[in-house]
Amino acid sequence: MDLNWSDTQAATRRELRGWLEQNLAEWRAEIGAERSGDTREGFAQQLLWERRLFEAGWSAVAWPEAYGGRDGTLWDWLIFEEEYWRAGAPQRVTQNGIQILAPSIFEHGTQHQKDRLLPRIAAAEDLWCQGWSEPNAGSDLAGVSSRALRVDGGWVLDGQKTWTTRGAFSTHLFGLFRSDPDSERHRGLTYLLVPLDLDGITVRGFGRLDGDEGFAEVFLTEAFLADDAVGTSVVLGEADRGWSVAVSAASTERGLLRSPGRYQATVAGLLDLWAERGGDAALRRRIAAAWMLADAYRLQTLQTVTALLDGVDLGSGASLAKVWWSELDIELHEIALDLLGADAELEGPWSKGHMFALAGPIYAGTNEVQRNIVAERVLGLPR
Amino acid sequence: MRFGLDDDREALRSTARDLLDELCPPAAVRAAWTAVPDPAPWQALAAAGALAVLVPEADGGLGLDETYLVPVLEEAGRAALPHPLTETALVAAPLGVAGPMVATDLGGAGSLVASATFAEAFLLVSGRGLRLYEPHEAEIEPVETVDASRHCGRVRPRTAGEAVAEDPDAVAAAFDRGVLGTAAELLGLSRAMLELTVGYAAQRHQFGKPIGSFQAVKHHLANARLEIEFAAPAVLYAAYAIAHGQPDASRSVSQAKWLAGRAAAVAGREALQCHGAIGYTTEHDLHLYLKRSWALARAWGSADFHADRVAASISA
Repeated sequence: MDLNWSDTQAATRRELRGWLEQNLAEWRAEIGAERSGDTREGFAQQLLWERRLFEAGWSAVAWPEAYGGRDGTLWDWLIFEEEYWRAGAPQRVTQNGIQILAPSIFEHGTQHQKDRLLPRIAAAEDLWCQGWSEPNAGSDLAGVSSRALRVDGGWVLDGQKTWTTRGAFSTHLFGLFRSDPDSERHRGLTYLLVPLDLDGITVRGFGRLDGDEGFAEVFLTEAFLADDAVGTSVVLGEADRGWSVAVSAASTERGLLRSPGRYQATVAGLLDLWAERGGDAALRRRIAAAWMLADAYRLQTLQTVTALLDGVDLGSGASLAKVWWSELDIELHEIALDLLGADAELEGPWSKGHMFALAGPIYAGTNEVQRNIVAERVLGLPR
Repeated sequence: MRFGLDDDREALRSTARDLLDELCPPAAVRAAWTAVPDPAPWQALAAAGALAVLVPEADGGLGLDETYLVPVLEEAGRAALPHPLTETALVAAPLGVAGPMVATDLGGAGSLVASATFAEAFLLVSGRGLRLYEPHEAEIEPVETVDASRHCGRVRPRTAGEAVAEDPDAVAAAFDRGVLGTAAELLGLSRAMLELTVGYAAQRHQFGKPIGSFQAVKHHLANARLEIEFAAPAVLYAAYAIAHGQPDASRSVSQAKWLAGRAAAVAGREALQCHGAIGYTTEHDLHLYLKRSWALARAWGSADFHADRVAASISA
């Protein structure tokens, strides 16, 4: 047991801290008023930011250098996240590509897919959105009905995806399609990589609870997806066996999508708000409690990463983390709103953050589904 | 960076688990409600070196640190061991008190002391220090408590005893170690209550199905599992912080106690609810763990006490 960072890790942290300070200032001077990444204007601003990150080698620290990363480990990723959120840097508009699609490419992709796709993801050249949810398939992902018909030289896609975060601004979609028309549930699904500029694809952005054009519906009508429409095979993993690819991504999304660094930064913001506004003893205890819960997540993550690097599979344990961070995020923001009192209704980072936090127990598999997973697969209760 | 139990620490844990499974089953805890606890598990723990984990090798101990003792204390909690392992192995041993089974008023309110009726020595707060007394040097007045296996009493010294610690920092450190041990026991109790309930929910049928197949029951138990998952690393870290003299050691033990107390409260409530009426009887074993957890959740500082300590240290 050793809870010290190595000299190299400490040096990386110092370098990153300096880089973030300087580059955030430069970027903010360049863009003027900063908008949310879930608006068209904000998305464009943040692409400029993403390219700065990439050029300095910070966009995907744990990836091999050959794919645009920094050859780091999961520890470097945790350090990156701590410093990134501490510095007040923006949400990552590349998140779905870097944190959800890429881990599946690393695990299931061919060498050609890795060579072709990963560097473009790291560089924010291809902007991926997640095509999982459909009007009738949310928590019940195996209920997807969008179809992919195998034809000569490609696939013909029909159906509808929805609640697609940043879909209106993205260039590509990764998603599950029913490729075997006679199949049911988890079988007969194919994980496809789809450029959104194909004929037959229409994308319509719409408002999200937090006010922006953050969601999209993607309509697919006889869209022809050529076998190499993304410059390499469009099937990730094997055709008709996309479920296992999607599940591995789901575990990544739940377990590591939201690093402890985010919540530590939110708690630091709460402490600043407390120093500014004050409150009663009960509110002070809630802040202490929130600090403890956020720090418990940090410690649990250190334990999880230690185990992951020892080759232990994160598996269903990821569901525990997902419930914890999503419910913690809401509590942190509710405390902030209570500190703000009547001012809480003003538009601002806390009111916006609160609305965003409320999505946490819904996305990446609702917390009800996560609790079922914990009960059945971690505790072994009967189905 | 590396955080988690390694093979050596796991080995100590599993030694403790095996011997407690054999020598401190629920029947032994139940028997301790009406008689002095059977010394067998205590003697076995002593023989395995568990009482002397923190005692230097030169003095016949294992010469290890708190991160080795915490897994053993979790097992003691899991077994609801009625002996004062935290007090003896974690509070008293580093003060040079090795050998006797020690009870203390350091974590209680006023003179309330657990294991008062059978302890072999008393470590009592005296002014700004701690003094050690043999049983015949103290007046011991047994009191009735909710968990009768705790054998609590009011203990008042009759002699000057022997000075063990006079430095307030040493007393504060001893208190922190007691908080840590109690947190570890609470974590073990939480695990025991959850295990008991998972077993029951799989076997108890209503409406023609095991009750554990109902989503409402699943969610209760998932909540308990969640609290345990996130309390456990905090308890281990607090042990590390004390062992390595980290500046955040006191805050860490408060965090550990607060989280483990919360885990025990959630696990206890969910366990009782999922057992239904059978869990509300004294014939069922659940109450042995439940009542212990209620006592420990408030001993060595309440949740509010520890939250306030954390608040002060994070400048809230």
